[in-house]
Amino acid sequence: MIDWLPPDAWQAVALSVQVSVWAVLCSLPLGILVAYALARWEFPGKQVLNGLVLLPLILPPVVTGYLLLTTFGRQGAVGRMLEEWFGIVVAFRWTGAALAAAVMAFPLMVRAIRLAIEAVDPRIEQAAATLGASPAWVFATVTLPLILPGVIAGLILAFAKAMGEFGATITFVSNIPGQTQTLPSAIYSVLQVPGGDAQAARLVVVAIVIAMAALLLSEWVSRAVARRIAGA
Amino acid sequence: MLRVALTHRQGDFELDVSFDAAPGVTVLFGRSGSGKTTIVNAVAGLLRPDRGRITVGDTVLLDTDRGLRVPPHRRRLGYIFQDGRLFAHLTVRQNLIYGAWFAGLGRSPRALPHVLEMLGIGPLLARRPAGLSGGERQRVAIGRALLAQPRLILADEPLSALDDARKAEVLPYLERLRDEVQVPILYVSHAPAEVARIATTVVALEGGRVTGIGTAAQVLGDPDVAPLGIRSAGAVIAATLRRHHADGLSELDAGGIALFVPRIAMAPGTSVRLRIAAHDVILARDRPTGLSALNILPGTITAIRQGQGPGAMVRLSTPAGVVLARITARSAQALDLAPGTTAHAIIKSVAIAPDDVG
Repeated sequence: MIDWLPPDAWQAVALSVQVSVWAVLCSLPLGILVAYALARWEFPGKQVLNGLVLLPLILPPVVTGYLLLTTFGRQGAVGRMLEEWFGIVVAFRWTGAALAAAVMAFPLMVRAIRLAIEAVDPRIEQAAATLGASPAWVFATVTLPLILPGVIAGLILAFAKAMGEFGATITFVSNIPGQTQTLPSAIYSVLQVPGGDAQAARLVVVAIVIAMAALLLSEWVSRAVARRIAGA
Repeated sequence: MLRVALTHRQGDFELDVSFDAAPGVTVLFGRSGSGKTTIVNAVAGLLRPDRGRITVGDTVLLDTDRGLRVPPHRRRLGYIFQDGRLFAHLTVRQNLIYGAWFAGLGRSPRALPHVLEMLGIGPLLARRPAGLSGGERQRVAIGRALLAQPRLILADEPLSALDDARKAEVLPYLERLRDEVQVPILYVSHAPAEVARIATTVVALEGGRVTGIGTAAQVLGDPDVAPLGIRSAGAVIAATLRRHHADGLSELDAGGIALFVPRIAMAPGTSVRLRIAAHDVILARDRPTGLSALNILPGTITAIRQGQGPGAMVRLSTPAGVVLARITARSAQALDLAPGTTAHAIIKSVAIAPDDVG
């Protein structure tokens, strides 16, 4: 089984999973906050925020990758700050790949969570407030449990998107085996080598298996949650 | 005691009310759009009125002149909503103790067994709201509000989403709430029968203004107030249940007069209120004989009020209390009715619906 793929290909698979898990878990709190703001609050610049969130979905991934490079690269404004103050470098590291994946997957995550929040009847939250729950408690004990299926759907969608991210990642952090070579970059690399088709096909199978597993898991989890809510 | 003074403008609607609620159940009574729910939401803190002052006992909940507004979660009120608003993701038990937990009473508040018994919801504890009937849901909602140990209970038409059978199921629990719990209740309703049964004080509302305050008998029996129009006018009579008869009738005693109504599900000796709609009452000068109607109340006319149309409202003082009769002006003239003349009010037993008595 292990011999089925060469070690560096397994490395790419493992890195992809690592990058995607970190990307979605770290962006989840911000995703919930932004989704809540867009669903419930009225504030100046709301449409601008909405546009910014959706932008990576519409822009060519290469453009997003380029913008990340100019902002978070070692010469970029934010990149230099991170390096000087915290000693953190994301350019050409796996953390950079995670950042690129998070940015690209963010619109999908926010959209799924926002729809879930909009489906929650605010009057239920009002009822919780009259029973003594402060806004933070209302969110924790009423809103969050009710939107859980939507949050899980958003997580899985974002994870799938992160697993498949190619354009922005390769532009931002390049395609360094063992460092930044994710599953899609690995497939791309083998395809550049004459006779690499067989290995590419195997990597493609791996990609499909991971995607299907994620989908089935999300279906199962959201059904379990929905059953709990609707159950007698 | 609850004191409310509010002014609020919302589009074309203008609310300008001021009233004090005595202990017991204060019913805000009026047709939809009269401002009832606006008032309750302002008391709960779910709506920010333009100006106002609301106090419960010594606690100020709102005073716009001093820029003071207690947020909803610190008001310690129990709000029973029209549509229940139970938490679908929690069990009945978790729903019930939700408010109690925030009130610092822990996960099994001392009042829980009593509330379960009072509302008959003990067997439902492990269920979830989706599996409950409408009546059960509303009883859980009442329990949830009650267990938060509120200083005031707000009830916004808690029965209106239920069909008649479910209403009859829940109303007795609200009456027990009124009689057993020492918490004032602000109750919204547009159903005269419900008001007659539950109210200690009635605040009549029309177009955002208070048009009358008094007991149920005073407000419902005053045709000048009748916020739902003349068709809803009627008297409220206090009576005691004497006995049940084998033919399906129950006998009441109202001021020494026997009244017969369709069987009511209560034990003899219970005090009940009986609502008699004005349009169900027939008047006769002499005591009629050979009549199918069972209830005849002798009395003296105290007032006759001629309306715009062909009708006239007659107030009759009887040993059982004031009775209102809506008859035609033509009959009033033909019978030569005037204040001071004696007359008999005749009420068909079957005209009194079961939910008019309680």
